[in-house]
Formats: sequence, C-alpha cells, structure tokens
Amino acid sequence: MMRVLLPLPVIACLLGAGASMAFARQRVLQRLIGIAALSAGLGASIVILITVDRDGPVATFMGGWKAPVGIALVADRLTGIMVVVAAVVLLAVLMFAMGQPGTEQEQPSFHPVYLVLAAGVFLSFLTGDLFNMFVAFEMMLTASYILITMGGRLDQVRSGMTYVVINLVASTFFVVLLGLIYASLGTVNMADISERMPSLPAGMRVALALLMFMVFGIKAAVFPLFFWLPDSYPTAPTAITAVFAGLLTKVGVYCLIRTQTLMVAPGDRVSGFILVIAGFTMVIGVLGAIAQNDIKRILSFHIVSQIGYMILGLGLFTVAGIGAAIFYAVNQIVLKSTLLLVGGMVDHGAGSSSLKQIGGIARRYPLLGWMFLIPALSLAGVPPFAGFVAKLAIIESGFESSQGLIVGISLVVSVLTLFSMSKIWGGVFWGEVELVAESGDAMTRRFGGTVPMLVSTGSLVIASVVLAIVAGPLFEFCQRASQDLLSPEAYLRVVLG
Amino acid sequence: MSLLMAFCTALLFSLGTYLLLQRRLSRLIIGLGLLGHSANLLLLLSGGERGIAPIIGSVGDERTADPMPPALALTAIVISFAVTGFLLALAYRSWQLTGNDLVEDDLEDRRIAALTAASNDDDEEVGDQRTSMLVGSLDDLDDPGKRAST
Repeated sequence: MMRVLLPLPVIACLLGAGASMAFARQRVLQRLIGIAALSAGLGASIVILITVDRDGPVATFMGGWKAPVGIALVADRLTGIMVVVAAVVLLAVLMFAMGQPGTEQEQPSFHPVYLVLAAGVFLSFLTGDLFNMFVAFEMMLTASYILITMGGRLDQVRSGMTYVVINLVASTFFVVLLGLIYASLGTVNMADISERMPSLPAGMRVALALLMFMVFGIKAAVFPLFFWLPDSYPTAPTAITAVFAGLLTKVGVYCLIRTQTLMVAPGDRVSGFILVIAGFTMVIGVLGAIAQNDIKRILSFHIVSQIGYMILGLGLFTVAGIGAAIFYAVNQIVLKSTLLLVGGMVDHGAGSSSLKQIGGIARRYPLLGWMFLIPALSLAGVPPFAGFVAKLAIIESGFESSQGLIVGISLVVSVLTLFSMSKIWGGVFWGEVELVAESGDAMTRRFGGTVPMLVSTGSLVIASVVLAIVAGPLFEFCQRASQDLLSPEAYLRVVLG
Repeated sequence: MSLLMAFCTALLFSLGTYLLLQRRLSRLIIGLGLLGHSANLLLLLSGGERGIAPIIGSVGDERTADPMPPALALTAIVISFAVTGFLLALAYRSWQLTGNDLVEDDLEDRRIAALTAASNDDDEEVGDQRTSMLVGSLDDLDDPGKRAST
C-alpha cells in the first residue's frame, strides 16, 4: 500500500507535467491534467496523513534497495501535515491562475512547469535522503526560475537574476554540505547520518549543523539571508507569488526543522544562535513591511517576518516550541497564499496594487474586503482566528523555556504586523473609491474577480477559518509531530529496519 | 593526488567567488560555473582513496573506488548544466532589453537615492513610480559608457 502511496504525489505530478507538455496547444486538456494530478496528490497525501497519525512513520525504498543504499521516501506526522496543506494550496492557486487573464492563458508552458514545481515540493517533504532532497530542491527551484521570469519583462529579468543567482549559490553550498557529510560519515541517508553523527568530533558536528542552517536558511529567507525575497517575489505573476510565498519558504523551514532535529544531536544544537537569528528576522522583516507602499511588497516582507516566529519555535528545541512552529507554518502557508491572492484580485479589479493609487476597495468590492480582512486579522494574531492560537502557542512555549526577551520582541513585532496590515486596509480598502483601470468582464466589475479567482480564494479563506475551528485537535496533532521529531526512534527504525 | 585536488577546489572556489562579485552578467555566470565545479570536485574528493572500477565480477581483492560520489557528482553536474543554460538565456534577455550585460542597480537603493534627490525639490509620489522609474532610469540614472568602463 505505502509502496504506491508515498511516491504517488510526486509521480502523479511528474506524469501530469509530461502529459501537459504533450498537449501544449489544448488548454482545456492541460487544465484537466493539472487538476487531476494535484487532486491525486491531495488524495494520496490525506491517506498518508491518516495512516502516519494512526500507525507512526512509514517508509518505502525506491528500486527495492534497502536503506542506506536505496533512496528512502519517509513520511511521519510532520511530513503528512505539510504534504496535505501543500496540496490544498497548490490546487487552489492553480484554479486561481486559470481564472486570471495573463500567464496561464498565454503561456503553454505554465502547466507543465507548475506541475514540476508541485512534484519538487512534494518530494522535498517526502524524501528521507539528503541527496534526494537536493534533487527535489533543484526540481522545485528550476521550475520556480521559469515561473518567476515568465513573461520576460525587464523588472522580472532583473529580480529573476537575483533570485536565480542567490539560489544557485545556496545550491552550491548544499553540494558542499553533501560532500562534507559523505566524506565524514560515508552516507547521505538522513536516518543513517543521524545514527553515525556521534562518531564525529564535537567541532565537526557543530560545523555541519551550522552549514545545514545556512543552506536551508537561504531558502527559508532568515536574517541576514532574506534580501532576495522581497525583491523577487512581487514581480512574478500573482498566482505564482502566492504559491511561492505560501510554500517555497516553508519548504525551507520544513528542512530546517527536519535537519536540525533529526541530524543534530541534543548536545550540539545551536539554540541560542537560532533564537538570535529568529529575533532579527522578525524585527527586520516587519520594519521592511512598514516602509513599503505596495500590497505585494508589504506581504513579501511579512513572509520574512513570520519566518522568524517559526524559527523561534524551532530554536527552543522543546516539544511545545517545535509543535507551535509546525502549527504556525501550517497556518502561514494558508494565510500567506490567501492574502497574496486577494492582493492579486485587487490588482486585477482596480488596475494597481499600490497603496497610493487606489482606495475604497471595500466599498467597491465588499467581497474582496471580507476576503482580505479575515486572513489579515489572523496573520496579525487577533483572536479568535488560528493566527492567534499559533502566536499564543509560540509565546507560551517561549515562556516555558524562560526566553522572556525573545517573547517580548515577538509581541512587539505582532503589534507592528497589525499596524502594517491596517496600513493596507486604510490605504486600499477604505476611503474614497479610486481605481486606476476597470477590468472588462462583467463578473470582475461586480465582485472584483472572475469566478475561478473568487472560488479559489474563497475556499482558502474558508480553509483559514476551518483551521481556527479545528485549532484544538490540530494543535495536539502538531505536538505529537513535534514529539516524533525530538525522539526520532520510530523514524530511524522504519528507515534502517 | 588528494592534496592537488584540494588545492584545485580551493582555487576554483576563490576564482568563482571573485567573478561572482563582478557587475557583468557574463562574468557572474562563469563565476557560478566555477563555484559549481569546485563543489563537484569536493564531492568527488569525499569518496576517499582512489581504486579500480567497482564492477561486480571483475574485482578480486584489489582496492576499488567508491562509486557513490561520482554518481552524486554526475547528478549535480547535469542540474548545474540545465540551470546555467537557463541563466544564459536570462542574461541574453537582459541584454536584449537593456543593451548591456550589467547587473541592474538594486531597486530599493534607487528609490532611496531618488527620495534623497527629490526631498530637495518636489516630493510627489517618488517611492511609488516603480515601473516607470525602472524604465526611465535606464536613460537618466545610468551612463552606459561610464558604467561599461567600471
């Protein structure tokens, strides 16, 4: 059963990408293939999630070779929840893209590339082999290079260049990391690395832990390695920005959590260092957001700021802290994608996403106002939304570990987040109705977006509300996931036998 | 032999880093290529001592080479080949659009510079004209002849 299910999300997307390429001129067929492949991925990931929560981690080996020789695909609770949320967001964003005039309709290569990106995201979550994770990252990143520059405008080329170069440098460091790990331990299987790590001298262990933090820190956009993100994300087409903002940085966070817990022994963890980085990431990100004047750019800086909260949870290295970080990540993936999709609809319905050029959107398109307000309040951590539960969990776990200073910083950042959200609200949604250009079709003039855009964004808003309703059980699930991470015996047993 | 390889790796790393810091896109891409090569060399070095080809049936008691690092390096080479191809296409597009192959100024830096300049005279909506600034700046901010010489 698991032999088929674990690779299914990846394989369905890759096969879909191939088929989509073959039917490059039939857009309807491409759309059906895209939806089918991602739905298959979603179905499989839900079954994986239920199975791992009931029976503990599962693993399967590609080509039938046992680990550490063969490539292992492993799923535990953390993997399960991440794959499910990723599939939901990927599906919703694909629907949004279909309703948005522009990229999807003009570029026959959009669908294949998008599916490759999806396959890369799924594989990074599912793999149990560090080299395979490198391959998954490259799959995801190469697809993202194409998506971010799709259209070939000057600003896209400029910021795309920064994006590609910074990621290539990160990938080079990843190869260096792999080389050093293989030279010192003779394996690239993550479970095997974890078992053999104690044989190294202490200095080497900490050096490897820091190198891992740097490699994945660039992808997760932590301070001071975040500068490329607010520059490059906003120039991509909206749907693409939404999926990047929601997922790609969180893949980095997932890898940070996975590597720092599984492969770094408790004695070698650089907890203090990570907490300092977390503090700077939160503060600098939110200050950047306050300084901006464009919805997409404000939200892009918020991505950075929110990453800080997750890193803070990780840096505590307690069950409560990492559990809160996982809960936070799940919540953020949904919220960030929703907010950027709403930003895209404002752009579509009003002709601009700049705070100074437009206004009165809540009066002109009341539905858009609601769809922005709910996730924005959740992001700022206002009760009763899921964002409040997530922030509370982080803060509580911080106090438990008696890290009062960083908790204080996170509270200040939270207020500033609310401030910058109200800046968007005041600049774009309130005030006199000001539009730069009105869109042609009737649906957009009435509600602010085409039917697929409204349905996909609406369902993500509903998903964010559902997250608040099921916050209790989900939080307990995240705690269990965190327990698995901090005592990975079951994970090691299922991979190494 | 390993020592020589280690020196090569270090040399490639330093050359790659130097080229990465240049303003010309073509040099930057070559720099990234060199960085990739040095990382791959490092990966090859991680296999330890050299030996004969590890083919089942053809090997007795002799020392064999570790087949894993070359396999990993091959994968990494293929990936960096594809990405370099993409990067070249991107650089070509940049050359098509701007007529030079220099890395553009950072957008934020330009806005700050423009804000400082604007605070002296009129201050209307300077930070807001992102797109028009980007296009306009190619004419007014940059002197291509001057920049090409740097």
